[in-house]
Amino acid sequence: MSLRWYGDRALLLDTTSPLALGAAVQLAAPVGLVDVVPGAASVLVCFAGPPEATASLEGLRSLRPVEAALTSQTEVVLPTVYDGADLDDVAAATGCSVAAVVSRHSTGSYLVAVTGFTPGFGYLSGLDSVLHLPRRAEPRTVVPAGSVAIADRWTGVYPAASPGGWHLLGRTAAALWDLDRDPPALLQPGVRVRFEPVQ
Amino acid sequence: MILVLDPGARTLVQDLGRPGLAHLGVGPSGAADTRALRRANGLAGNVAGAAVLEVLLGGLVLEALAPAVVAVAGADCGLPPVVSLRTREVVRLGRPSDGLLTYLAVAGGFDLPAVLGSRSTDTLGRVGPPAVRAGDQLTVGRGARWVDPLELAPRLVMPGAGPVAVRVHPGPRPESFDDGLAALCRASWTVSASADRIGARLDGPALPRRTGEAEPEGLVLGAVQVPPHGRPIVLLADHPVTGGYPVVAVVHADDVRLVAQSRPGTVLRFVPVR
Repeated sequence: MSLRWYGDRALLLDTTSPLALGAAVQLAAPVGLVDVVPGAASVLVCFAGPPEATASLEGLRSLRPVEAALTSQTEVVLPTVYDGADLDDVAAATGCSVAAVVSRHSTGSYLVAVTGFTPGFGYLSGLDSVLHLPRRAEPRTVVPAGSVAIADRWTGVYPAASPGGWHLLGRTAAALWDLDRDPPALLQPGVRVRFEPVQ
Repeated sequence: MILVLDPGARTLVQDLGRPGLAHLGVGPSGAADTRALRRANGLAGNVAGAAVLEVLLGGLVLEALAPAVVAVAGADCGLPPVVSLRTREVVRLGRPSDGLLTYLAVAGGFDLPAVLGSRSTDTLGRVGPPAVRAGDQLTVGRGARWVDPLELAPRLVMPGAGPVAVRVHPGPRPESFDDGLAALCRASWTVSASADRIGARLDGPALPRRTGEAEPEGLVLGAVQVPPHGRPIVLLADHPVTGGYPVVAVVHADDVRLVAQSRPGTVLRFVPVR
């Protein structure tokens, strides 16, 4: 694991297991810890100020990922209607039939690896490599809420209507973000996700 | 109770935001100029994180429906730092000559329901109260205790037309750029018209990047992102939790407010932190 400064009160830990290392940081609870943000290949650790960040250096260097922190998570099943606007394009780009695209996406078991973009959005890892495509050249100005989409090695669901450049495969009625629920985000780092095809 | 007669161009409720919620995909938000927020609250006798009004380019008009004490800090709207209002008295914020944002606190704080622990409006995540509108009646809390003597110091520095010196730390991955920090610090940058609470987009020479889109990674306040077109964006209070653009530098925490208070057209010069 390498450790980099990110400004004067945050540190970036490069790692191959960001979720498990993020869990280790949370468990270690260094003094002045403000936030732990797992990325695709790193963990950002934010502190209240420079002294707290400096004081944490030795402790963070000796941390080991806590893999056990990831095994107790429940699985979220997202009923999905596969009628997305980009199904035909994805099929053409990957050399699959539409049915094969749906099958490859819906048989996958996914893990919420990273949050961000908007509240309730999760970058889900575990996408079949056949479906790995670059983002759309022209992002859409509006992607409807609940859209199930893919880009690069990720799949995800748009929690609210927003601009977006991912390829749309379908839609789910599941509430990804609900402020009247505790916690409001259905998908949090470490949660397992499946997509279940429905009509 | 305070009645909003006119919110001006944009008035939002802000406090110190909601740090620590990255796992929900929720960013920190909060006042774009936290120094001015603290000063307004200190002058009003509030705790530092009480909810205040963040007013863009003045124009806010309020009527006190009961006696109230208000305090202002940040961009100068022509009011004294503390104003005592009688019932039915009206207070107007003029258009500031320098800076963008004025913070208006009321003794006792504005009492709104907290959302995820904060009364801040997050314009990116759409969390927190809606923008303040004409006709809104804002409840005043009862938290005022003592005026913070440290806040009786002279007014805060506001960025003028520039050049404004902004201190930066190196970005976390210098290998993403050929000559990143040096090139950033050599050029003059102009705050573009599309600056908002999420980020200040800057016009200037394109910064060449060595890497393309990276995978999503955590972002901090003040991170200077470089999108494919090469023109940097300084991330402000409502920044997203993660992003994929390479980060060339991080604005010093005390100077983020200078960027947040800079109007479109302001010239910025970045200076490495010594």
